[in-house]
Amino acid sequence: MDSEKAAQYWKLNIRLVTVLLVIWFTVSYGFGILLAEPLNAIRVGGVGLGFWFAQQGSIYVFIVLIFIYTVCMNLLDRKFGVNED
Amino acid sequence: MDLSTLTFTVVGATFALYIGIAIWARASSTGEFYVAGKHVHPVANGMATAADWMSAASFISMAGLIAFNGYGASVFLMGWTGGYVLLAMLLAPYLRKFGKFTVPEFIGERYYSQTARLVAVICLILASVTYVIGQMKGIGVAFSRFLETSYETGLYSGMGIVAIYAVLGGMKGITYTQIAQYCVLICAYTIPAVFISLNLTGSPAPQLGLIGTMADGSGLTMMEKLDQVVTDLGFAQYSEQVMGSKLNMFVYTLSLMIGTAGLPHVIIRFFTVPKVKHARSSAGWALVFIALLYTTAPAVGSMARLNLTETIQTGPVGEETANIKIAEVPRWMTNWQKTGLLDWEDKNGDGRIQYYNDGGLTTAEQALDAAMESGQDIEAAKAKLAAVQAAHAKTEFASHGWAGNELTKVDNDIMVLANPEIAGLPDWVIAIVVAGGLAAALSTAAGLLLAIASAVSHDILKGMLVRNISEKGELFVSRLSMAGAIILAGYLGLHPPDFAAGTVAIAFGLAASSLFPALMMGIFNKRINRTGAILGMISGIGITLLYVFQHKGIFFIPGTAFLGDLPPNWFFGISPNAFGAVGAAVNFTVAIWVSKKTAAPPAHIQQLVEDIRVPKAASASSGQ
Repeated sequence: MDSEKAAQYWKLNIRLVTVLLVIWFTVSYGFGILLAEPLNAIRVGGVGLGFWFAQQGSIYVFIVLIFIYTVCMNLLDRKFGVNED
Repeated sequence: MDLSTLTFTVVGATFALYIGIAIWARASSTGEFYVAGKHVHPVANGMATAADWMSAASFISMAGLIAFNGYGASVFLMGWTGGYVLLAMLLAPYLRKFGKFTVPEFIGERYYSQTARLVAVICLILASVTYVIGQMKGIGVAFSRFLETSYETGLYSGMGIVAIYAVLGGMKGITYTQIAQYCVLICAYTIPAVFISLNLTGSPAPQLGLIGTMADGSGLTMMEKLDQVVTDLGFAQYSEQVMGSKLNMFVYTLSLMIGTAGLPHVIIRFFTVPKVKHARSSAGWALVFIALLYTTAPAVGSMARLNLTETIQTGPVGEETANIKIAEVPRWMTNWQKTGLLDWEDKNGDGRIQYYNDGGLTTAEQALDAAMESGQDIEAAKAKLAAVQAAHAKTEFASHGWAGNELTKVDNDIMVLANPEIAGLPDWVIAIVVAGGLAAALSTAAGLLLAIASAVSHDILKGMLVRNISEKGELFVSRLSMAGAIILAGYLGLHPPDFAAGTVAIAFGLAASSLFPALMMGIFNKRINRTGAILGMISGIGITLLYVFQHKGIFFIPGTAFLGDLPPNWFFGISPNAFGAVGAAVNFTVAIWVSKKTAAPPAHIQQLVEDIRVPKAASASSGQ
């Protein structure tokens, strides 16, 4: 892979990771900690939304983020012809 | 069959299974010993990683922490899962592409320095050894309590089991054993949780029970009921109580996340899968399997707290008959009283137990007793007690004739183990929970021991001392160093330095402040050079250790702390356990600044970084 293409591949990778980490930060530190009190006004069943994100929701989002990352990176690998199979 | 025979049978059967797997999957080459020949399926690796990661702390302690810290304990739930996002996106695929056996090996090559490799080995060994002591202690306690042997016998049995399958099987044996251990531990955790959730809320899924409505016809949700029950007794509101401050919770969560991503025994699991894309998905699968337990834990914790409180406070606060009679406490309470982890004392002589927040009365009484014994600060302790007593006398609790919290001891750690008994589940469930706790402790201990053994034999012996050692010789030394690590961990487990909480702090602090930043910058910043990385690791660890020691004592020796371990002395209210994130920030800053001031890494190192960033070189010219 020439260096220009490599730089392009890396740039797209960094962009993807940045977006996913912003979401990662928002659901845990944002919804779960910093904004927990205002969010608790919204109820999810018997608990406040902030509490729910801190003890349940953020974990579910983490799983989804990793699989989105996996799928997107596999596509990116194929697009640049650097996939292993 | 009585409980101890049943427990013996179930635990014995699971151990026979683990050893059988180890013999079937024994390692015959260093590749198989260190990284299971790189043939592990990503889902299987995810399951093994989950067992590797979830230790006695996750299985036994976490639900208890949640029960008594409520919302504040969210730091553990988010911290110990969110790290996998960092691991999957920032480390695992690149380290797999690098394609070697150990974490220090990467640091040594990327920073073209044996010194960097040695610093990494030291960090790794310190973090892993402190962590493994805790596991050994957990194994000893679980064995001795349920098999009715002494703590020492329990510990020796645990060491023997780990020795057989870890030394024989290496990573290959450990991987397949951990898969079996995951199945045992997750069943053991969820079965009681399902029954308890059904009892309280009518929902078979604990995750839904947590947000569900009580099945007692009161119309209240589970959380409203719990909040009401605990606040009536003067405790903090469960769903809103914070741990320290919001800032402390933020930094604590960050430390646990970075520490998770930086712990070597977790990282090396991602060296075992066949391809880079498997390293990515495997982290996702690991988190799926971990989440099964971690999303159940908040339900277990909150329901255990509700059950415990309502066992003692059976009706409205203040009604004379609403507290349980000491003569009528359930069997599980008397069972646990024998272990010394649960205790009560009839302070007001009414023959009943009152469990409530007495505003520090019990603590002040205990402080005075301690002062009388040591002969120091007696006056201060007396004055403190008088002040607390005066405040207590004005509360409504005092007007009910209550004379202080009578449930004088509730150890967090009994919650999961006592849960099946509290819920009145059959004995076979209790036996499975014991087997699950042991599976959690054994699987983590084995993973840690492998990380230590590979650092000693591969990084120090082969990498630095005897470079031309044969594969057979290296394999022999790996087994020998693992046996040595087991004996060392067992010895330290027999004479624990008594710092359970400190152990966790230092293990996470070390990994977060040293290894994670060095690894991440090694991949994402080509400009970081040898000097920057070494100074970064040393200053990151250094400041973390300094902060932990200044509040908890030098090497945790009591009396050597030069600042008290109390919130007013903490830097911005950040607890020592949460300081790893600050250490990591220092590491990043120092490494980047020093690298800027010194020469860039040589061209072949920059080329190495280019290479690990792509799963496969597309053309021969840039191939490896």
